[in-house]
Amino acid sequence: MSVLEVRDLSKSFAIGGALRRQHVHAVEDVSFSLRPGTITALVGESGSGKSTVARLIARLYDPSSGAVLFGEEDVARVRRRKDVLRYRSQVQLIFQDPFGSLNPVKTVRHHIARPLRIHDIVPSSQVEQRVHELLETVGLVPAQEVADKYPHELSGGQRQRVAIARALAVEPKVVLADEPTSMLDVSIRIGILNLMLKLKDERDIAFLYVTHDIASARYIADDILVMYAGQIVERGPVEQVLADPLHPYTRLLLAAVHGERIADRGSGASAAVDPVEGCRFVSRCPLAIPVCSEVTPELVEARPQQAARCHVTAPAT
Amino acid sequence: MSAVATKTLLEVRGLEVEYGRVRAVDGVDLDIASGEILGLAGESGCGKSTVANAIMQILRPPAHIVGGSIRFEGEDLTGKSNEELRRFRWRNVSMVFQSAMNALNPVMRVGDQFVDMMQAHERISKHRAIVRAGELLELVGMDKQRVRSYPHELSGGMRQRVIIAMALALSPELIILDEPTTALDVVVQREILQEVEALKHDFGFAVLFITHDLSLLLEFADRIAIMYAGEIVETGPAATLAESPLHPYTQGLLQSFPPLTGPRVKLNGIAGAPPDLREPPAGCRFHPRCPYCAPENAALYLRQTTERPRLREITAGHFVACHLVDA
Repeated sequence: MSVLEVRDLSKSFAIGGALRRQHVHAVEDVSFSLRPGTITALVGESGSGKSTVARLIARLYDPSSGAVLFGEEDVARVRRRKDVLRYRSQVQLIFQDPFGSLNPVKTVRHHIARPLRIHDIVPSSQVEQRVHELLETVGLVPAQEVADKYPHELSGGQRQRVAIARALAVEPKVVLADEPTSMLDVSIRIGILNLMLKLKDERDIAFLYVTHDIASARYIADDILVMYAGQIVERGPVEQVLADPLHPYTRLLLAAVHGERIADRGSGASAAVDPVEGCRFVSRCPLAIPVCSEVTPELVEARPQQAARCHVTAPAT
Repeated sequence: MSAVATKTLLEVRGLEVEYGRVRAVDGVDLDIASGEILGLAGESGCGKSTVANAIMQILRPPAHIVGGSIRFEGEDLTGKSNEELRRFRWRNVSMVFQSAMNALNPVMRVGDQFVDMMQAHERISKHRAIVRAGELLELVGMDKQRVRSYPHELSGGMRQRVIIAMALALSPELIILDEPTTALDVVVQREILQEVEALKHDFGFAVLFITHDLSLLLEFADRIAIMYAGEIVETGPAATLAESPLHPYTQGLLQSFPPLTGPRVKLNGIAGAPPDLREPPAGCRFHPRCPYCAPENAALYLRQTTERPRLREITAGHFVACHLVDA
C-alpha cells in the first residue's frame, strides 16, 4: 500500500547558450513508491539527481515527463492554487540548511503557527496550544520559552527541529527530508535521525530521506534507492541491498565507506549531459561487457524485492 | 601505521588564540613526530582550524596568539619575521585548506600556478617548473597534460589533487590537511586519502589531519587528539581511542556514527549543543552535555562545575582531561 508513487519521472535542464544548447538529464525514468510508516532512503553522490527528485515531488519544479501520483491524482499536472495548497498540506519538504530556511526576524512561534492558520488545521483559539504540542513533539522544551525565540538564538540542531515541527504542523502524510543533517554537527545528527524514526512510528508518516551518507541511511531507512547520474541503479530493502549489493556502483560506494582499497577508473559521478544510449556507469565499471555501451539497462528485479540496472548482475530475462 | 616515530617535528605548548575577547583555543598542547599522521577531531567551532592557522602563522585579525609557543624543529615560530615565515611556509610546512577546491586561481593554467609558487621559493626556470609540476600531478594520480588545464576544466576531486600536489612540491616535512575531503563524494574522498597515505609512505612527511569525521581518523591516523570548546580533551594512539575512549565526549562522538555492519542498534549521539565560547561553561566545558555529570553525586559535581580538568596520562601516550578518570 503506497501513499505516493513516482512513475517514470524525468527532468532535464537546458544549459549553455542558444548555439551550444545542451540538456542535463538530472532525473531520468525514476519510479518508486513511498509507504506510510516507512523511511525510504534516496542515496547518491552530489549531482546524481537525488535532490531534484525530492524537489519534483514537492512541486518546486515541473517534471519534463512522468507522473507523481498521490491518491488517484497526478499531482505533477496540478495547476490550480487550491489544489496545490491541498497537496502541500499533505507532502512537506525539509531542507538541508536550517540557517536559510527560517525567517530571521520572526519567532519560532510565527514559523509554526503560520502553516496552522494557512491550512486551517486548528481553530484560532487552539493555535498556541498546538504550537506547544508540536515543539514538544520535536523535543524543543520548555515549549513556552522556545516559542518566543528567534532563529539566531537557536543552535543548528534546534533550528532543524523547528523546521521539522513546521513541516508536521499540517499533519502531512509524506515528509521529504533533503539532507536534513548534513549541515549539523556530528554529535547532534543522531538526534535528528532518532526524531525521524520516532515520527515514522508515532504518526505513520512516509519519509523520503535524501542523503549521501549511506551509514545514516542504514540507520533509519527501511528501503533504499541508489541513484547514479540521474537514474535509480538499485533498489530494495536496505539491509538486503547493503549486505549483498547487485549494482557495481553500490558495491563501489560501500567499499569506499567500508575503508576497503578501491581502484576506481573514473573521477566521480557527474550529471548526464546529453547522454547517449548505454549504461551511465560503464566507464567506471569493472564488470562492463560490450552490450553495456550500447543498450541502457532496465531496472530488473533479479532477487525478491531487489532490483538493479545492470546487464551483468541483473540481466533482463 | 607508520614506522616508529623518531624525533619531534612540531611542538605546540599552551597555545592560546583569541578572536577579540573570545578565546577560541585555550591552552592546547600538541606534538607531531616526523613521519606521523596526527588526527585532530572536533565539531565546528571547537578551534581545530584555528590551531592549524596558528601553526601556519596565518591568523587574520581579530584572531591573534595571546600565549604559548609553537616550535618547529626546535625553533619558535611565534617570534619569526614575515620574510622568515614566507620561506618557512610551503618549504617546511604546507597546508591544504577546507575550501581548497576554490583555492586555485580561475584564470591561470594549473601549471603556471605551480611556476608562481616554486619561483617564489627557489631559482627555477619556468620550463623546469612546468616539468616538475607534471611529475607532481602524476604523483597524485593525474595526467601530466593537466598542467595545461584551467581549474574549471577539472572536477572537484581533481582540483583537490592539484592542491595536494602543490603542497608536496617543495618536499615539506609537515603537511596540514584541514578537512581536505569534506566537500567531496565518498568514493573520491577515499581515493584521495589512499593517495595521501601512499605519498606519505614514499616521502616520509608528517601529516596533521583535521576533520570532524572521527571515523575517518580511526582509520588513517597514528594518533588522535580530540578537541572540544577550545581544549584538547583526549589524545592517544588511534587504536586505543577506538577501543577504550575515556572522555565522555569521545565516547559520544564514537556513538554518533552509525555502523555499516553488525546489528542495527539505537545510538544516542550527544545531548545538547557545543557551547558558545563567548561564555564557556565553568569547570569542565563539557559538563552541561556530560551524561556522567549529575548533582546527586555532590563532590564530583562540584569539581565538574567549578574546576577545569587537566590532561593526565592514563596509559602510555593516552591522555585525558576528565574528573571521572581522576576520581
